[in-house]
Amino acid sequence: MAAYTVNGVDYEHDEEGYILDVTNWNEDLAKVIAVEEGLDMTDEHWLVVNFLREYYNEYQIAPAVRVLVKAVKKQFGAEKGSNKYLYELFPYGPAKQACKVAGLPKPTGCV
Amino acid sequence: MADQKFETPAFREFRDNPAIKDGAMSHSQPFVAKPEHNTPLGFPGELVDNWEVKAVEKLGDLLNKNRALRVYLDSCVKCGACTDKCHYFLGTGDPKNMPVARQDLLRSLYRRHFTLAGKLVPGLVGAKDMDKEMLDDWYKYFHQCSQCRRCSVFCPYGIDTAEISMAARDIMDHIGVGSKYSNEILAKVHVIGNNLGLPQPALADTLEGLEEDVLDDDGVDVKFPLDVHGADVLLVTPSADFFAEPHVDGLIGYAKVFHQAGISWTLSSYASEAANFAMFIGSYEQMHKVANRIRKAALDLGVKRIIFGECGHAWRVAYSFLNTLAGPWDFLDPKYPVPQHILEVTNGLIQSGGIVLDAEANDDKVLTFHDSCNVARGSRMGDVEGGQFIIPRNVIKASVNRFVEMDPQTTMEKTFCCGGGGGLLTDDLMELRVKGALPRMEALHDVVNNHGVTHMAAICAICKSQFTKVMPYYGFSMDMIVSVHQLVGNAIQLGAKE
Repeated sequence: MAAYTVNGVDYEHDEEGYILDVTNWNEDLAKVIAVEEGLDMTDEHWLVVNFLREYYNEYQIAPAVRVLVKAVKKQFGAEKGSNKYLYELFPYGPAKQACKVAGLPKPTGCV
Repeated sequence: MADQKFETPAFREFRDNPAIKDGAMSHSQPFVAKPEHNTPLGFPGELVDNWEVKAVEKLGDLLNKNRALRVYLDSCVKCGACTDKCHYFLGTGDPKNMPVARQDLLRSLYRRHFTLAGKLVPGLVGAKDMDKEMLDDWYKYFHQCSQCRRCSVFCPYGIDTAEISMAARDIMDHIGVGSKYSNEILAKVHVIGNNLGLPQPALADTLEGLEEDVLDDDGVDVKFPLDVHGADVLLVTPSADFFAEPHVDGLIGYAKVFHQAGISWTLSSYASEAANFAMFIGSYEQMHKVANRIRKAALDLGVKRIIFGECGHAWRVAYSFLNTLAGPWDFLDPKYPVPQHILEVTNGLIQSGGIVLDAEANDDKVLTFHDSCNVARGSRMGDVEGGQFIIPRNVIKASVNRFVEMDPQTTMEKTFCCGGGGGLLTDDLMELRVKGALPRMEALHDVVNNHGVTHMAAICAICKSQFTKVMPYYGFSMDMIVSVHQLVGNAIQLGAKE
């Protein structure tokens, strides 16, 4: 099984780069995953990642895109409160790519 | 994944057959399911010993249960009518994506073991033994078929490549070689009740959020009820409707229709999924198990009617097989069809004046409509032939003032798959999905350029997600794709009836 190595510790991930153990996540690891994904992490990126983790801790699943949009809107204003803006942050999709950086499992299904 | 490199096909000036590119997609295959995805479905965890023999045994078993499969395998005369009808062939040029070539992958094994000529003179009749090379080809190319059945519309014998592809996937699952995407999802449905893995508290929270949104936007207290005992209607909808855009806008549309028509309804956290991925893997046992969650929810909640949301293959399973899978439905109100499609309900309410739409609300848009393959070719709506084409169009035309059809060679029963159906809507097949979308994107490009179309509506969660993802590859904005009930939701007049 492939792994990210951060500060000398290996974090196993699946064939798509999602870490296997959600509880292992830390910010240094997120930075490494972000580099792999070609993302330059800004405050907006971190807000999304932290929101995803909080939501996941409560509900054991990533929030709906709409819920995420609302959270970003609240923090950064109406012009950034759109699905399109989230795609600018995470070009491979706010749900999937942001989940990867946040250490959450990939949302499955017709999404 | 982000690092997949491939070239988006260019729009063709003339819709000619592509030049043949042998092996153009021989590198494309979905991730293989792991033991933890397979064993909950009763499949072996990994490739079994003696798999060559077991595959043949399973094929024999399927032939005994499914007469149609034998007819499909026997009756091809190699006329070539199907060769240029598959979107994956048109988008990739790989000759193994010609439907006849795809069928032949299974047909060669069938001939070897189940026909006299194949047993005696295999080399003369294209009969082959199962070996690693054949299995590899099966895994690759039966996962380059979205089971959309467009080819079968053009086949003079009506050979259904989807059935052949389902059989092949079923055989592979029985020797331990399944697709991770479909099998992981099915395992999740059995535990949590939906493809997403959305547990009850998360679903309840999501629905509460939608109630707040509608109240904020429209000033109307539209409810999104969950697990309400004694409601009249159980709405079964794809879990993507709770999660993704533009799906959730469709869900808001359904809720507004129920609200305004005064229909008491509920969702179920136990049957929080309309999709039935078991059809994609050709597993009757799994299809039965998934469908029976709907039966149990209907009984537990004491509902009188079952209505399905916008989901293509769910509607095929529901319309064509629900009674045999999970019936009899004699406990439901016999005044209503079992099941009903939300579009049938909305269309009926528009006709009767039960809801009123103001199409001006969508005057910022010029619409076209993508017929979803499983609705178009695997089901019907209403009580007239072609209702599955007429009813969605009626509802769209009542919701918008400007509607344009795409090229008739690409709509209704000849519709092209979105490129992501049949269990292929997975990131590991992104190249296939983008290339397979080519014919639909060409038809869309036409109406955008020549008729000013700004949006394309769809009635399938897979189509909506697929287009959101692949349209940007072709220079279209991802929010061009909309739910039909999103248009209804924009146009519906809420509040007291005049």
